[in-house]
Amino acid sequence: MPTVFDFEKPVVELENKIAELKKFAEEKNLQLDNEIQTLEHRAEELKRSIYGNLSPWQKILIARHPERPGTRDYINGIMSEFIELHGDRNFGDDKAIVGGIGQFENHVVTVVGHVKGKDTKQNIACNFGMVHPEGCRKALRLMRQAEKFGRPVICFIDTPGAFCGLGAEERGQAEAIAKNIMVMSTLKIPIIVVVIGEGGSGGALAIGVGNRILMQEHAVFSVSSPEACASIIWKDASKAREAAQVLKLTAQDLKDFCIVDEIIPEPLGGAHRANEKAFSLLKESLKRHLEELRAMSPEELVSSRYQKIRSIGCL
Amino acid sequence: MVFELFRRSKYFTVKQDTKRDIPEGLWVKCPECGEILFTKDLDRNFKVCEKCGYHFRLSSSERLHITVDPGSMQEFDAELAPTDPLNFPNYQEKIKAAQESTGLKEAVVTCEAAIGGYPAVVAVMDANFIMGSMGTVVGEKITRAVERALEKRIPLIIFCASGGARMQEGMLSLMQMAKTSAALAKLHEAGILYVSVLTDPTMGGVSASFGFLGDIILAEPGALIGFAGPRVIEQTIRQKLPEGFQRAEFLLDHGFIDKVVPRPALKDMLTKILTLHQGA
Repeated sequence: MPTVFDFEKPVVELENKIAELKKFAEEKNLQLDNEIQTLEHRAEELKRSIYGNLSPWQKILIARHPERPGTRDYINGIMSEFIELHGDRNFGDDKAIVGGIGQFENHVVTVVGHVKGKDTKQNIACNFGMVHPEGCRKALRLMRQAEKFGRPVICFIDTPGAFCGLGAEERGQAEAIAKNIMVMSTLKIPIIVVVIGEGGSGGALAIGVGNRILMQEHAVFSVSSPEACASIIWKDASKAREAAQVLKLTAQDLKDFCIVDEIIPEPLGGAHRANEKAFSLLKESLKRHLEELRAMSPEELVSSRYQKIRSIGCL
Repeated sequence: MVFELFRRSKYFTVKQDTKRDIPEGLWVKCPECGEILFTKDLDRNFKVCEKCGYHFRLSSSERLHITVDPGSMQEFDAELAPTDPLNFPNYQEKIKAAQESTGLKEAVVTCEAAIGGYPAVVAVMDANFIMGSMGTVVGEKITRAVERALEKRIPLIIFCASGGARMQEGMLSLMQMAKTSAALAKLHEAGILYVSVLTDPTMGGVSASFGFLGDIILAEPGALIGFAGPRVIEQTIRQKLPEGFQRAEFLLDHGFIDKVVPRPALKDMLTKILTLHQGA
């Protein structure tokens, strides 16, 4: 049973009606094309008005939609070749991060990204996309490797945040994140960050420092999850909706703050409604930015990335 | 049974009496061992409990007072004050209240000063100011301090005290982690010493950026240091945390800091480190 949110119900009802009508017309061999077309047109309008005016909380729901394509889907959808590489060479292999090398159009690239599951079983395996220090360190190892071979890095962000647990603290979650952020600012290769779902706090930033930060239309990126923010500020995690409203975490808000360079459009109704379309929209944008960055020298890449980071919230 | 009951009521009367006898501000009770400490003695002992060694939190001015050579401090960027970029509910009131109670404009003080005769750029965070949280201005002041150390080619010392990123400035706060860390990368490339001193508490966005990027990382005894707060971890894993978890000594055991230095010895330690890096 696909997940349907309350605000999507009118669309789904109308779509069901259209499907019924089509079936009916076929069975009875009736000519209902005009009626169907009118209804389809109305569904399109309805979607446009609903998905064009989503509240931040509704965007969070879409960004967390279980059927929303994740890092692995994009890797399969936009790359012709991919070899997954494992482990941080220190402690283990964090399943919340996938990394490897592959072919994207005519570029060989390194990819790292958060992995979320589509169901509970998968989610337990990948810890709901919440990284441990070894995940950060795996990503760092692969990014340094990319620098060695002059490969661009593409980072897909989709995590509620870094994991909060005993092992994560014992193995230096804070140190791992800090190191990633610092080293990413110095790598002499193009780095493109794409926020494809939810970006949460340090766990997102650990693979989130780039020459470009692109964000899908309904993705969110926040200093902490709205639940955590509500719990910190109002001591009440159930006020997450209110927090979402004031945190300015949508792609549109972050474009205004110059944190995000470009908003990648999604198929009408969100990426989960038309995966192939979502892949091609993302591919187009990624390709364009990658080509721009490949024209730059290593020194230019580092200095322009630094300038970008340095100017955020500059006074 | 009867004895227990009797003892409890007696304890209660005693407690009430002591309370009445203590004039405001002259005495404080150690939150760790319960010892009643004379404020003047406590101040003389660097605000460390004489009985159990508990380190009371210091304000930024107290920290500077015991750290830098008298008369050597020259503050910069003192005028930088936070704005409210997100129009976050009640944030302006919160800033105003913090400014009034601390006399500071923001949660960090940055200066050039001498320590044991050696010039350095010193940044001191103040947990009394919205829990030392890092918003745009804290990130900017830290970054400028790094840039000043780089420009003057003198060591940088940061005293961290922070609950993490400031929620009320949203993503702008998070990106300060990137800004400060990227600036530190330049300092490292230039071969300039950066000593990070982690004090109670150093958490979240501050530990996960400049806090853990020191060439040498010192910590005060008992300081809470980590990424996620203990309450959040307990809620996530649904079990009680072991004794001493995320304390400075725990981090030393796990290899994440270089030394736990009691506050009275801290200035000497910093001076020694600066001496050994002279001419580096």
